[in-house]
Amino acid sequence: MATTSGPLQRAQTRLAYWLVAPATLLILLIYVLPIIVVFAASLTDYTLVSDYYEFVGLDNYRKMATDAQFGNALHNTFVFALLFLPAAFVVSLVLAIAIQERKRFRSILEIVYFLPVTSTLAAMALVWSALLDSRQGIVNGIVTSLGFAPLNFLGSEDLVLISLAAISLWSIIGFNMVLFLAGLTAIPTNLYEAAAIDGADHPIDKFLKVTWPMLGPTAMFVAITTSITAFKLFDTVAIITRGGPDKASEVYLYLAFLEGFEYFNMGYSSALSLVFILLILLFALVQAVFVDRRVHY
Amino acid sequence: MPRSDHQAPRPNRQAAPTAVCRPSCPGLREIIMAKLSLNKIGKSFGKTVVLKDISLDIEDGEFVSLVGQSGCGKSTLLRIIAGLEAPDSGDILIDGVRVNDTAPKHRNIAMVFQDYALYPHMSVAENMAMPLIMARLPLHARLPLARRLSPAHRRHKPGIQRDVAEVARKLHIEHLLDRRPAQLSGGQRQRVALGRALVRDPKIFLMDEPLSNLDAKLRMQVRREICELHASSGLTFVYVTHDQIEAMTMSDRVALMHGGSILQIGAPNALYSDPDNVDVARFIGSPEINILPGVIENGALRAGDISVPVRLAPGCKIRSGAVQIGLRPEHLVLEKVPELAYPARIGTGIPLAFRKHTIEDLGAEVLVHGRLAGHPDHEVRIRAQKSDAYGAGGTLASAKDWEVRINPAHILLFDATGSRLPTEPANSDREAEPAAMRRGLRQQAGLA
Ligand SMILES: Nc1ncnc2c1ncn2[C@@H]1O[C@H](COP(=O)(O)OP(=O)(O)O)[C@@H](O)[C@H]1O
Ligand SMILES: [Mg+2]
Repeated sequence: MATTSGPLQRAQTRLAYWLVAPATLLILLIYVLPIIVVFAASLTDYTLVSDYYEFVGLDNYRKMATDAQFGNALHNTFVFALLFLPAAFVVSLVLAIAIQERKRFRSILEIVYFLPVTSTLAAMALVWSALLDSRQGIVNGIVTSLGFAPLNFLGSEDLVLISLAAISLWSIIGFNMVLFLAGLTAIPTNLYEAAAIDGADHPIDKFLKVTWPMLGPTAMFVAITTSITAFKLFDTVAIITRGGPDKASEVYLYLAFLEGFEYFNMGYSSALSLVFILLILLFALVQAVFVDRRVHY
Repeated sequence: MPRSDHQAPRPNRQAAPTAVCRPSCPGLREIIMAKLSLNKIGKSFGKTVVLKDISLDIEDGEFVSLVGQSGCGKSTLLRIIAGLEAPDSGDILIDGVRVNDTAPKHRNIAMVFQDYALYPHMSVAENMAMPLIMARLPLHARLPLARRLSPAHRRHKPGIQRDVAEVARKLHIEHLLDRRPAQLSGGQRQRVALGRALVRDPKIFLMDEPLSNLDAKLRMQVRREICELHASSGLTFVYVTHDQIEAMTMSDRVALMHGGSILQIGAPNALYSDPDNVDVARFIGSPEINILPGVIENGALRAGDISVPVRLAPGCKIRSGAVQIGLRPEHLVLEKVPELAYPARIGTGIPLAFRKHTIEDLGAEVLVHGRLAGHPDHEVRIRAQKSDAYGAGGTLASAKDWEVRINPAHILLFDATGSRLPTEPANSDREAEPAAMRRGLRQQAGLA
């Protein structure tokens, strides 16, 4: 832009910088500064309870390698993601395709599935914890009426992550479904007609030859946002299980929260948070680079 | 069009016609017939009646155009033939077999869509291979990962590639096979769409306004190529267009549709010179036919101050009353343009006073707009040789009051509802002479 440098051009350039300055400043203040502060804190042994702190270098990061809690949280997070991600993706895609083909009731179904998205998850978490209660919960009422033994959905180490995944699933499928619906609506119908004439009228062929490839960009977006949602799991853990039973649902962000605000290890908590940001960034980057090339035509 | 591949000279075009002879089963051509019959097809979308009892027979190897204004139901009819839409009533027969309940893929038809409907995520080769893959490979051999293990996939792949390459070569798109549709120009996409339709070796070729997304020059070229393709393949073509010139120039027969019905079907010239209906007369022919009001009384046609004897055919429903007079723009012959001295005139036909408004220069011809005496409310178009409107020196006559003549044999009469009123053939040979012939005579006289 500023290759030609008359006085007018220089004045314009100056003006341009002034004009972008407020937005730049805001971004620096809101996003970049906190990250720098967190990074600085992660190099100290700062605790919330005392003003005194020392510079400890990379000790906090070294601690992670040996910290059993960190390993446990990482493990729980990945197990949760593994349970939650495929379901959140596939169920909403199947629902979207099913609803898309429906003429009547389509908007009603859309609203019904989207309702959980509009509610506050924190409040809904309390409702879910009541529903899934091992003794008075309605879900267990149904289970026992079917002749099975009652299940301790939130109190059993084996079940708790599955239950949390189910709650998260409930809260997100409406959102993902609407995204998929938007993607499906954008597929030109004459592609399906061309496919029908070419012989691809079997539902599997229609899906593989037209729907899935044309849905690529939407699918990638859903995959990335859902993954981030999975790694960010916090509300339901904090409200329903508090990481229990016996740390079986202590996920990454909940550990970072515990370290910072329960055990007051602000330095270590900062280090955990920073690693979290980097992990998510890396994840999104990998997806974007590897998948993006295949989904845009 | 930024790319110029299609304009590139192709010396071998004439030598090797674009015949796409069936790669898969060359011997079968003789026994493949494709007579298409539509029998009282009706279709409504909700309360809107889109097609009203359409009946139509298309012979094997015939090129039939469905032409009509936008929204008259052409695409719907074509989609019903293709099987993409089910008719509410009526039968579709291919070679005498009712195919109403047959899936599109089993009807042996191919379709070229208006916007081509190429699969954007596939290369040109993959686009063209799609119908063959679907027809030749079983489901398990088409699945993404499983196909690698499938012997059927391995067995058929070379054949499919060969057939695609063969059609691509005939359509001159072999250099495009690896590209995606987004990397092609409009004309190239058009060709790929044709190629995808051709590889599957169809009996009937359906096209829905295939040229409407091309620029004018390319349209002329592709138009000719489609005609060549029809001639060399011998397939049955059903071609939808809103452009009457396309329909007239390409087809064996034209079916003119209006408001969900076929108004008339016939050879292009029959629709032009012998229209059944004033709507047909209006739609066919460019510039549009002139329609003027008149009255038939006592065996004479009166319009304005002029009275001409007319002999309605014996079968004609009405003998008198208000009529519509159709005059083709080229049948009004400039007779006396002041300041221009014509050589020997053969003054046949009825002289009419004409007041000129504007002249459009069409190159070889001119289109004169003006009014005929006695019809102050109706603008009339006259198509004339340039030399008839301009003097020999190329200067335009400044006077506005001209004289034109019309041969009574060229007058088309329609009743108030628009139906054609048949007239007795003129008895005088002189009167039956076509205008063009008279013009020729005049020019000869001028040269002599
Ligand atoms: N799927 C549909 N639903 C409702 N109306 C339709 C549908 N398809 C076509 N129509 C209506 O049918 C009429 C004829 O459409 P079409 O066959 O596309 O006309 P054409 O191709 O001659 O322009 C139009 O009035 C159009 O609005
Ligand atoms: Mg149409």
